[in-house]
Amino acid sequence: MNAVLQLTDCFHCGLPVPPGSRWRVTIDKLERAMCCPGCEAVAQTIVDIGQSSYYRERDDYAANAADAAMVPPELRLYSNDDAQFARDASSCEATLSVEGIRCAACVWLIERQLTRLPGVQAASLNVATERLYVRWSKAQCEPGDILQAVRQVGYTAYPYDAVRHGEQLQKASKTLGRQLFVAGLSMMQVMMYVAPSYLAAEDGTLDPNMASLMRWASLLLTLPAICYSALPFFQGAWSSLRARTLGMDVPVTLGILAAFSGSVVATLTGRGEVYFDSATMFIFLLLCSRYFELQARRKAASALERLQHALPASATLLAGFPDSRAATLVPAGSLVVGDVILVKPGEAIAADSVIIEGNSALDLSLLTGESAAQRRNTGERVPGGAINASAALLLRVLKPARESTLSDLLKLIERAGSGKPQIAQWADRVAAWFVLGLLVFAVAVFVFWSWHDPSQAWPVAIAVLVVSCPCALSLATPTALAAATDSLLRRGVLIVQPHVLETLHRATHVVFDKTGTLTLGRPVLKQTDGLGKLDAQGCLQLAAALETGSAHPLAQAILDAAGAIDHGHAQQVQEVQGQGLEGVIGGVRYRLGNAAFVAAIAGAPLGDTAVGVAGMTPLYLGAQDQWLARFLLSDALRPEAREVVAYFQRHGKQVLLLSGDQEALTQSVARELGIDTACGECLPDEKLDFVQQLQATGAVVAMVGDGINDAAVLSAADVSFAMGSGAALAQAHADTVLLSSQLRSVLDTASTAARSMRIIRENLGWATLYNLTAIPAAALGFLNPWLSGVGMAASSAVVIANALRLRKS
Amino acid sequence: MESLYLLIPLSIAVVFIALWIFFKASDGGQFDDLVGPGLRVLQDDDTTPAQPAPPQPDQRE
Repeated sequence: MNAVLQLTDCFHCGLPVPPGSRWRVTIDKLERAMCCPGCEAVAQTIVDIGQSSYYRERDDYAANAADAAMVPPELRLYSNDDAQFARDASSCEATLSVEGIRCAACVWLIERQLTRLPGVQAASLNVATERLYVRWSKAQCEPGDILQAVRQVGYTAYPYDAVRHGEQLQKASKTLGRQLFVAGLSMMQVMMYVAPSYLAAEDGTLDPNMASLMRWASLLLTLPAICYSALPFFQGAWSSLRARTLGMDVPVTLGILAAFSGSVVATLTGRGEVYFDSATMFIFLLLCSRYFELQARRKAASALERLQHALPASATLLAGFPDSRAATLVPAGSLVVGDVILVKPGEAIAADSVIIEGNSALDLSLLTGESAAQRRNTGERVPGGAINASAALLLRVLKPARESTLSDLLKLIERAGSGKPQIAQWADRVAAWFVLGLLVFAVAVFVFWSWHDPSQAWPVAIAVLVVSCPCALSLATPTALAAATDSLLRRGVLIVQPHVLETLHRATHVVFDKTGTLTLGRPVLKQTDGLGKLDAQGCLQLAAALETGSAHPLAQAILDAAGAIDHGHAQQVQEVQGQGLEGVIGGVRYRLGNAAFVAAIAGAPLGDTAVGVAGMTPLYLGAQDQWLARFLLSDALRPEAREVVAYFQRHGKQVLLLSGDQEALTQSVARELGIDTACGECLPDEKLDFVQQLQATGAVVAMVGDGINDAAVLSAADVSFAMGSGAALAQAHADTVLLSSQLRSVLDTASTAARSMRIIRENLGWATLYNLTAIPAAALGFLNPWLSGVGMAASSAVVIANALRLRKS
Repeated sequence: MESLYLLIPLSIAVVFIALWIFFKASDGGQFDDLVGPGLRVLQDDDTTPAQPAPPQPDQRE
């Protein structure tokens, strides 16, 4: 025992080093403590390749590298022949997504590590987008080598499929950025030329020739803003007109065109007012709000993509079975009917198949929602997508991966998605009425002035259109949504669809899935009954000692419950498939498992404790001729579930529970949480029917789920949430993904939605007030251009400042 | 005041030249990564001790 036993921080990642750990790396002649073998391996690699100055240069700890020590063999499945890497005859290129970049030293370390690799011709890291571009020679290097090299220094990299993931979004953002720049430059310059006329117009000191020069200069500089920057509005207006609706882009376009054409006419004839500054400012402000909204959504999209960067689906193929058991790792897509595959505990089954050797517990919770593991024996069929929970299995493939169980669900999802109710956007409906009212009003004003003073008719009508440019009105919604999306993203909520906040606020029904959503989706120790003279704590200690090293989900539950108890290890541990474990602790032989297994050494079972409890999985502990304890395990509720359900009920929303799990378990969870309507044993299409029937009665349904069996209903619901820990398929069809896998995030989102809607209403109220004062003033001919410019800027600033309040939380 | 008749057209020309330069730079990828280059200049290669790092063009003295 030495003095180092106190808690220190890992030199690599900064996490606390567990007491008594033995991981050390000598860096720059000093021995440094590491928290885990992963960090140790990474730090050692960094020292070995001569980059230990990384530790001097960095200004933040590296990401924890616990997983880096194990380089998954699936990386080898990426090959140079893959079309996505093709460049030319002798070289390949790839764009990789890299995680864990914290500071300048990371950039340098990754680039150095890769340029050291034989065959790598170029490596450059884009820090803003966290993308790494690599070019390598086909002859000397494989993509797997590159991914592995990046992992060795503690970062996770994976190929980034530009076609599949928001590359379009990125391109859109680049174009929008340029349009914004042009509009900004043009706005500032036009302001300069307009200022003299504002300042000198009153006292008439501006000579008419000079005024005309300034107007022509403004006209020229407004052209780029109109012809290039304002294109998104024109396109939006055109497409909404073709769809025979009046969207927000229509009044915007109308305003821009009225201001511009009116000013051009005034410039040509030398009479009337010019509004070039208003037009450019208007374009610039609106583009700003669009740009920030797009940025927020792009950030969310890239976080989602990071979550789903699954390794290529793979399978372990025994090609020579039964003559040889040599195993090779192959892509799951290449399996054909009749192939024999090996599935180890913890792996997913690649395709629908039949067990030819072994028996094991399968976790079907993501497929069907059943919380308890299902036992399958030799000769039984297993669905693709199930996770093997306890023992290695040999399977014969019955259907190729793409025709497996999953594909039926995919068809269901397609059906669900096409039946999704059209979301009527409130702001657009408001805009439609606004435009209609405005046009009628402008015509009325024009008619009135034609009769009253014909020379003023055109200028006044244009002034009405310009001043009513619904700048504040059209900024109100996007700025608030962008601020809310951004603030939620920082709290681990990815808003993928723009309508989420509005629809969630309007939702009348909230439907929860049970397994994995309201519950943790894994067994937790609920109760320990002592059956012998040893107390519960002592029994738990023995059980934990036996279970150390077992991959079975029940073992994990026991170990979690034992937590900090120092339990040591059992000797001579034997695992009997489907029965339990046997091992020796302190010279005594113990058995932990089902009643029959323990009874074999402990004698006849004891009265009523030998019978299980509904909804619970019992686990017995016994020694020679004595019973010691019964552990009851079941899927536990998430601690925050009650609070979340209560929140929605308090806000007048109907909370429902739909689960694929047994009716009794579903009802007991519903009772515990105070949910009135619960339905168990629902198949995916029954869930879908249920939700669609609700929608048919006019309900707005929000759905929270995590499994593959929820994907269809997530896609059909008006607004949906998927847990970050759930199935990728569910995430792909949800409008929102909860990265943190905390149910509380749903509550966060709901309260942010309520606040956003309040702020949007405030903004719209303010914009209406502004328009109600400014439009009559313009109609009466009181408004001069500079006053309308100031009014527009001020009203927009108020709206933006109000929206930014959402970022704070 | 007559100088303005020259200066204002000149200023317009300057704005259009600025726009042209901006588009060229944007096409060339100048604005793709606004963070990385700032970090890269902070790393001095000469502080690296003589380790068996591979020869790199910018490292040779």
